[in-house]
Amino acid sequence: MTNFSRSFPASLFPLPAEVTNPLRTRPSSVMIRFDQVTKVYPRAAVGASALHNVSFRVAKGEFVFLTGPSGAGKSTILKLLYMDERPTSGEVRISGYSSGTIKRRDIARLRRRLGIVFQDFRLLEDRTAEQNVAFALQVIGTPAAAIPGRVSRALTQVGLASKATALPKELSGGEQQRVAFARALVNDPFVLIADEPTGNLDDRATRGIFQLLREINAAGTAVLMATHNLDLVRSSDYRTLELNHGEVVFDSAEAARLALEVE
Amino acid sequence: MLAIRTALTAFRRAPLLSALSITTIAFSLFAFGLFGLVALNIKNALQKVEERVEVRGFIADSTPIETITAASDEISKYPEVLNVELVTQAQALERARTELPEFKDVFESEVLPASLDVKLKPGARDPATVKQVVDKIRAFDFVDDVRYGEEWISQLYKLRNIAGVAGVALGLAFAAVAVIIIGATIRMAVLSRSREISIMRLVGATDGFIRRPFLIEGSITGVLGGVLALVLTYVAMRVLGQYLHFETAFFDRRIGTLGLLFGAAMGFLGSAVSVGRHLRKV
Repeated sequence: MTNFSRSFPASLFPLPAEVTNPLRTRPSSVMIRFDQVTKVYPRAAVGASALHNVSFRVAKGEFVFLTGPSGAGKSTILKLLYMDERPTSGEVRISGYSSGTIKRRDIARLRRRLGIVFQDFRLLEDRTAEQNVAFALQVIGTPAAAIPGRVSRALTQVGLASKATALPKELSGGEQQRVAFARALVNDPFVLIADEPTGNLDDRATRGIFQLLREINAAGTAVLMATHNLDLVRSSDYRTLELNHGEVVFDSAEAARLALEVE
Repeated sequence: MLAIRTALTAFRRAPLLSALSITTIAFSLFAFGLFGLVALNIKNALQKVEERVEVRGFIADSTPIETITAASDEISKYPEVLNVELVTQAQALERARTELPEFKDVFESEVLPASLDVKLKPGARDPATVKQVVDKIRAFDFVDDVRYGEEWISQLYKLRNIAGVAGVALGLAFAAVAVIIIGATIRMAVLSRSREISIMRLVGATDGFIRRPFLIEGSITGVLGGVLALVLTYVAMRVLGQYLHFETAFFDRRIGTLGLLFGAAMGFLGSAVSVGRHLRKV
């Protein structure tokens, strides 16, 4: 609680009505579970761990901010989620897959059910917006006839239907990020993982992207978003996990639970 | 189908890199092809020399012709024997005069003995087999002596064996170098598309799906490199033949096809190694 008080005044985090109240989250609705996860990168200095004994749960449809300074472990948590990294100890469970037992082939299957977005958009520069979105369907063997309709729907969802044939260099940063979101959404993921998605955007584009994230979440997709942007965090009542030196120093859901117990 | 289209698109998207890969493979295979051509011509030359391996059994004077004919028939039935020729004293004299014209006057009368000249089948011209045939011919009572150039045959076979071993060793070395070069050029192609690969992995493409276009691209590159190498080797052979006034043989269709398949296999292997290494890292 000390860290929480230091970083964010408690008044800035009103209790989320439906999803973040831990007393309302049934165990069966838990979708992501971190159990005493420690991650040490092979080339890290002796004793330096990117994550240390991190445990938390995320329910279906929940929106969670991951905040904290650079190097706190936010991106490592996201990488562990899409199994780009494995924990040094502890276990990550996501949608029935365990980091301890998942096979390489199953990682591909898991990622088809995740949407992943990065600060640097990661678009293919020589392909148009619709080709970039279609790419995510082509590489998982979606029948060619089904692709145009789904691409069009995804681009409409992110408000870019009119720029389907534009190349990334012809789009603004915010628009490029929307293409990345369309690519992440085109497979109807159950969770959207966003690593600093507004890091390269101006205020206006940031607000637009955040609004888009809210809409995605309102439609039932869980969102895990790593961000430095405290204004965004404060502007909403979503759950916040604050990290520092690889440890969770504040969990707004835990704080809410304690507050309820006190009452 | 998508994998083939992606592979072909890769050629269009990076024409310079593709041309570099094809040229590199072509030059690797060209070196291999030149060496193969030298080996082929040495083999042909040795084969021609080998065809001259002959066993000559000298017949004692006054042997009845019926006895010689019967023996000739028997010898020609040996599995190792290609044909048997009876050379009479008169024919031997004539042959000596033709082959050694400077000594024409020395051969005045029929001083040379008649002989049975035995030619052996290909594959039966090695020293051990020749020796067996010689022993059988020597066993005939009317045969005075048998000559077959024992030392000469044994030298020829030693030379052939050395050429064979050197051919295989150098061929393997050239092939290994070619695979390494192909692997390195395809690695450049893989690295130039590392962003695309990382995105594919993020959206859930399997390793097999990612690998397939590269393997097809590698194989096509290998075949195209092989075709270019064949053309270069042919041109080199013609140019060398013209300057050295040397009649050389070129690869037949079977070896040419094998060369192209070899190029495809190297391209495939080089791609498999490069993509495999890259996928293990991402």
